Amino acid sequence: MANISLIPCGDFKTAYGADTTIFPTVTSRNFAIAGVLLLALCPLFMDRYWLSLLIQIGYLGIAALGLNILVGFTGQISIGHSAFFGFGAFSSAWLSNSYGVPVALAIPLAGVMTTAIGMIFGVPAARLKGLYLAIATLAAQYILQDFFARADWFTGGVAGTIAEPFSLFGFAFDTDGKFFYVALVYMVIMYVLATNLMRTRDGRALVAVRDHYLSAEIMGINLTKYRTMSFGISAFYAGIGGALYAHYLQFVSVEGFTILFSIQFLGMIIIGGLGSIMGTLMGTAFMVLLPEAMQFITTSLSGTAIDTALNLKDAIAFLREMAIGVVIILFLVFEPDGLAHRWKQIKAYWKLYPFSH
Amino acid sequence: MTLFLQLLVNGLIVGALYGVVAMSFVLIYKASRIVNFAQGEFLLIGAWTCWWLLTSWQLPFWIGFPITLAFMMLFGIILQVVVLRPMIGEPIISVIMVTIGLSLFFQALMKWMFGVFAKPFPPIFSSPTVSVLGLEVQTVYVVSLVISILIMAGFGWFFKFSRMGLAMRATAFDQQVAQSLGISVRQVFAASWAISAMVSAVAGVTVGVVNGVSSALSFFGIKVFPAVILGGLDSVVGAVIGGLIVGVLENLAHYVDSQWLNWGNMYEIAPFYVLIAILMVKPYGLFGTKDIERV
Repeated sequence: MANISLIPCGDFKTAYGADTTIFPTVTSRNFAIAGVLLLALCPLFMDRYWLSLLIQIGYLGIAALGLNILVGFTGQISIGHSAFFGFGAFSSAWLSNSYGVPVALAIPLAGVMTTAIGMIFGVPAARLKGLYLAIATLAAQYILQDFFARADWFTGGVAGTIAEPFSLFGFAFDTDGKFFYVALVYMVIMYVLATNLMRTRDGRALVAVRDHYLSAEIMGINLTKYRTMSFGISAFYAGIGGALYAHYLQFVSVEGFTILFSIQFLGMIIIGGLGSIMGTLMGTAFMVLLPEAMQFITTSLSGTAIDTALNLKDAIAFLREMAIGVVIILFLVFEPDGLAHRWKQIKAYWKLYPFSH
Repeated sequence: MTLFLQLLVNGLIVGALYGVVAMSFVLIYKASRIVNFAQGEFLLIGAWTCWWLLTSWQLPFWIGFPITLAFMMLFGIILQVVVLRPMIGEPIISVIMVTIGLSLFFQALMKWMFGVFAKPFPPIFSSPTVSVLGLEVQTVYVVSLVISILIMAGFGWFFKFSRMGLAMRATAFDQQVAQSLGISVRQVFAASWAISAMVSAVAGVTVGVVNGVSSALSFFGIKVFPAVILGGLDSVVGAVIGGLIVGVLENLAHYVDSQWLNWGNMYEIAPFYVLIAILMVKPYGLFGTKDIERV
């Protein structure tokens, strides 16, 4: 990943620690804090529709971050992420329904349970690379999907299962405006955790495995350990995201976690930028807003000649799928480093404006 | 017992079709090192094109089918030139994702153009079933088995004796060396996609004639993976064997399930369990060559 970060003249680092800080400059830190505060004010002036989109970006963003740790940072590929997302959703609902575990506790527990499942599928993955791994995770997707449909005690079978709303100390977060804060807190925590993970020895080991696994092994990095660990971490994030999804919608159906959903997750991290944490969030936002944009285009075209010729209104579901496919291909061909790279270029452009060299 | 035999025969015939699709998958992989997740969509597009020619234009089968093949050849070449050629040299994740994106796009496009429900082919053969050794087998299946065997033999001849086939094998072995011997690598890539699309379309039309054409056809492209892993990615013969094994296996699983287990849906899931089990023991598939990496 090309790293264009412009640092003001005379800013010399005197310690190695300064090179791995979360925020390179004070301004960037202040902007991040201001951004979170601004988001926290959103429920005051946004309507339900926009809030629900933001909440979606929140829980999908958490799950997508897990996938980015696996694909973008460790270089493993997974085409079964939505199955883990679904597993998290069902386990959280199952824990709170069957054992009366409070929802606030069930969400992290669901993450742990999903980690266990992810590790099981991670065991063959530790020995596989590239294509073989892609196919193994594809198999995991179908096996888990089949399991959801079969395990009535766990998922409620075809009828689906009901999940209780999130509550803390007797205060129920049952509306969009309230649940928004739950999603926001979880998102901030998970993103900070991931950023910190990448600054540790383990995080650097993951990147080393991605960049050249033979050299990494020669340097004493245990490949099996880190590959399995990466699968576990990614499943943990998927589980947390899925659990939030379950308690937000308060209903989980077995049909939602298809391969199409997995591909959407992959699309998010490709659009956002492989190996970029903030990029993941941008990609998720892009992917969530894409169907809305498609909807907007079709409604604004309704009644025109194009609409009557192509019968757009009935085709909106297919148009969405096609748009996802096209966007993934276009990004891979024209902007393989994703939105994060584009964002850096924009920043660099304005820093140097009007002298671009 | 009759049910068992019937399922076994079905398994062999469907397996032969899997083998054909797996073969065209391996062809692309061998020639251009691209893992084609859109293989199932080739079947889908081929079947819908043929269906459209036969129903909307009322063409007889023997005219419509060659037109379909010609269209698929063009389609394969255009796809390779426009989408896949820019991806040469990109990491494997990107290439896989591009083909996944293609598969998503074409699947949705076909649903949009032709609807989500299965549509039957107009009847092609005068008698729908023939009896083979006392078992009722659909005529199309018998014909498809013959076609599959013909295609396999054709592939065997193509790689062994034809100029293009030899060029493909050379390219698969080492692109630079092949290029220095005067082989046009671009032509080889385009040809491999064209042939693969055509052969998949044959399989697609065959399945379409039996079950009707619907987006379920693209699931064939997913079923190819267990077959290919069983057979090893870079072996054409292995792909055929893998396809046969998967076809028989899923029917056997279905038999065992319907007789004793009653779990349901084993027909579709069993190959994936086997796939995981094989990859746990042999990470490069049963017949695949192990990569030896030099540092």
